[in-house]
Amino acid sequence: MHLVIIGNGITGVTCALTARRLRPEARITLVADESPYHISRPALMYVYLGHLRPQDIKPYDDWFWQENRLELIQATATAFDAQASTLTLSTGAVLSYDKLLLATGSRSRPGEWPGRELAGVQGFVTLPDLEQMTRDTHGIGQAVVVGGGLIGIELAEMLASKGVAVTMLIRDAHYWGSVLPPEEAALVQRQLVVHHITVRYGTELAALLPDTQGRVRAVRTSTGEELPAQWVGLAIGVEPNADLARTAGLEVARGILVDELLQTSAPDVYAAGDCAQHRAPAPGEVAVEQLWYTGRQQGETVAYTLCGQPRPYRRGVWFNSAKFFDLEYQTYGRVPARPEPAEHSFCWQHPNGRHLLRLNFRRDTLAVTGVNVLGLRHRHETWHAWLQAGTPAPQVLAELGAANFDPEFFRQHEAAMVAAFNQQFPQHPVALRRRKGLFGR
Amino acid sequence: MTTAPVSPVSVPEKLLLAVVGLGLLLLLPVAFDGDAARARLCFFAALGLVSAGTLGWSWYTFGRGPAGVRLNDQWLRGSTARGALAWLTAVVLTGFYVVLYWFSSDNGQGNFGPLNQLVHALDPVSQALRRRPADQWFLYGTFYTLAVLLMGGRALWKYRHSPYQRIRTASVMFFQLGFAFLLPGLLLAFQRPEYYFSYFWPLKYDYLFPGTVSYLLKDGGPALGVFMVFWGAVMSFVATPVLTYFFGKRWYCSWVCGCGGLAETAGDPYRHLSHKSRAAWRWEVRLIYPILGFIVLVTALLWLGAAGVLPGWFTTPQQSGLPLVSGLSPVDGLSKVYGFFIGSIFSGVIGVGFYPLMGSRVWCRFGCPMAAYLGLLQKHFSRFRISTNGAQCISCGNCSNVCEMGIDVKQYAQRGEPIVRASCVGCGLCSTACPRGVLNLENGPREGRYQASQLISADSLRILG
Repeated sequence: MHLVIIGNGITGVTCALTARRLRPEARITLVADESPYHISRPALMYVYLGHLRPQDIKPYDDWFWQENRLELIQATATAFDAQASTLTLSTGAVLSYDKLLLATGSRSRPGEWPGRELAGVQGFVTLPDLEQMTRDTHGIGQAVVVGGGLIGIELAEMLASKGVAVTMLIRDAHYWGSVLPPEEAALVQRQLVVHHITVRYGTELAALLPDTQGRVRAVRTSTGEELPAQWVGLAIGVEPNADLARTAGLEVARGILVDELLQTSAPDVYAAGDCAQHRAPAPGEVAVEQLWYTGRQQGETVAYTLCGQPRPYRRGVWFNSAKFFDLEYQTYGRVPARPEPAEHSFCWQHPNGRHLLRLNFRRDTLAVTGVNVLGLRHRHETWHAWLQAGTPAPQVLAELGAANFDPEFFRQHEAAMVAAFNQQFPQHPVALRRRKGLFGR
Repeated sequence: MTTAPVSPVSVPEKLLLAVVGLGLLLLLPVAFDGDAARARLCFFAALGLVSAGTLGWSWYTFGRGPAGVRLNDQWLRGSTARGALAWLTAVVLTGFYVVLYWFSSDNGQGNFGPLNQLVHALDPVSQALRRRPADQWFLYGTFYTLAVLLMGGRALWKYRHSPYQRIRTASVMFFQLGFAFLLPGLLLAFQRPEYYFSYFWPLKYDYLFPGTVSYLLKDGGPALGVFMVFWGAVMSFVATPVLTYFFGKRWYCSWVCGCGGLAETAGDPYRHLSHKSRAAWRWEVRLIYPILGFIVLVTALLWLGAAGVLPGWFTTPQQSGLPLVSGLSPVDGLSKVYGFFIGSIFSGVIGVGFYPLMGSRVWCRFGCPMAAYLGLLQKHFSRFRISTNGAQCISCGNCSNVCEMGIDVKQYAQRGEPIVRASCVGCGLCSTACPRGVLNLENGPREGRYQASQLISADSLRILG
């Protein structure tokens, strides 16, 4: 079998590694134009910050690919013929495949503002984006970041670390309004304040203004304000990279449409990761998933199907994590930005404004449905088990130490959390029973 | 690829660094000044400037503003990324060790060669602590302790958001000052053997040599001498396995040991320079275990020789004409070879001199027989592991980058596997630097210690080969 994978991001590479394990004899080829080797996309910011060198964000050393017989081709896949099972590359080469996986990922949503094409205006998703930002931010004094999500705050941190004065334009009334409840967003806002980031909430970009050299000089906001900026980062989200699939005549909506086996409308052609759109997502789940973790899970799942062991994609218990300047964030299960009527939402905060725990649970069965932690580390396995079993919230709180994944000597807050819970829900009294660590049981 | 901009260096920062530089330069005239009183004044002025500048700069850089992981620009500035300043630092450090080890012995009239004025500048301190004049080793000990304390201050500010790092840094500072500087000095003041209670065989390899044991028993007196020998033997053969079983190798390497103490403080700016490649790992295994074998063999032969069970040839001086060992018996010759190549060149000259080029743990990683011994215990008889948090790893590589022992931590984290490695010294920096809260140093039951997370399917592909 010749498996050809387009894209060497986490989805394509996870698929390749899983397929290698399942089918030691298969020929596996990865085609990508962004970089010769797989890189960790979430780590791009650390190269700019100077924590890491470009070669440090390769999850596998260069010898790894050859030793595991994974062929790498750096080229753009320009077209494929699903009838003839052939793929044409920008180098002119034609590859024939038995199975094809499209793992083309996503790209920055470009936006359509006047001045969008000016020098010094860009998104931040790819390695070329990092190179462009590296070139264009030397010697600048002010920058504007448009968008209040994960990439937006990363850009703010990167620029601020170089002494650049940053203003963020955020459409919502608080940070990451589509995901974070207001208390969580307030803690992030504290980080923005102590790191001297100016934020305009409820504000959008109206226009990008040029200097005489064709470079951005300033932005005008929806409130009419003009902010000087020699560099502007657009972080208003990403969209599936589906051009190749569209050209080949596949069914495409926002992303490449796939069934639960991640198969596209064409035979032997599959799509997974950011570029795929599920035809029938499970209730409460989104059709296009654009996370590192979902990319990895989809890549693994599709590898089974490609290797003749069909396996439908099941999202499983949701989880995610991020870091906002110095504030770590982990979430397990579902915690919507606005409370669901059928759920209680218990929220504990430390008075110092650096730690928060939110626990959502059903009003009827008391089963936990999700948790957010900020400035605390929690154990994935423990939460996975609690959420999958629908463990009642009082029991979870009594055993909360089991989920504590903070390093040794860190102050433990479980007692304060339980006290707050007992005050808020006296009808469900809880006594803390479990201490932290592997011996706590 | 173009290099990212480097954050501008502010005027106060430049001034504070200039104070440090001035202090270091001031040590040069001390070395060449004929006037002893003026040299002494200069010497203490130099130490004062270096101390004030280092602490001032550390506070200015890390102590103000919000606490958190601060590794910005470490790969962009030459001083911490093998640039010109790093090479200069390496040459100066290496040169200092060469002069210290081979060109600054007392010539019999209290002259210590190129270091003479620096040594004598410390006479009042040495008299106060040890009731005897300073020598080149007292100068070295003073510099060493000062480096651990000053750069320890820097580490305390830099890692102040992490209680684990704060307590651990305070611990290495305490053991260096108390157990490796003040206590040995006081012992000398009381006419006792200069004994380091924080160093054990096989790192301090001669502590269990027959010659040292008989010397301790003789000069230490009936009570203290016996205690010193007892302490050394118990720490090496009983406390080390027991403590390593409960806490891993870290109880020693990154909490107590003086070599580790210097690496964790003065060496902290260079920790990311350790090589993470598979080739480096292979060199590590090729070097460190034979060195452990070498010192075990030497120690055994010395004891067998002392017991008189070896054939006479082994303990009879031989005029071999070979450099270094001519006129020594084969057993003493082996001991001498170990001391010269491993004890001096590897642990000192390369171990510290190469900090700015190869990272702060070159000796600990490639050479230290104690680390090898502790590592075998940690790998096979310990409750210690670094847990990986389910499937949360994003393969960013920050953990591997900060690992001073050159462990490619992310290879484990991205497969959901716990990290159980002989070389891990448990400094905890991977856990501190992880932006997703994935890594945690834990002591737990030994069952399932290697168990990977069920939430990520680990690829079974090789990493060492």
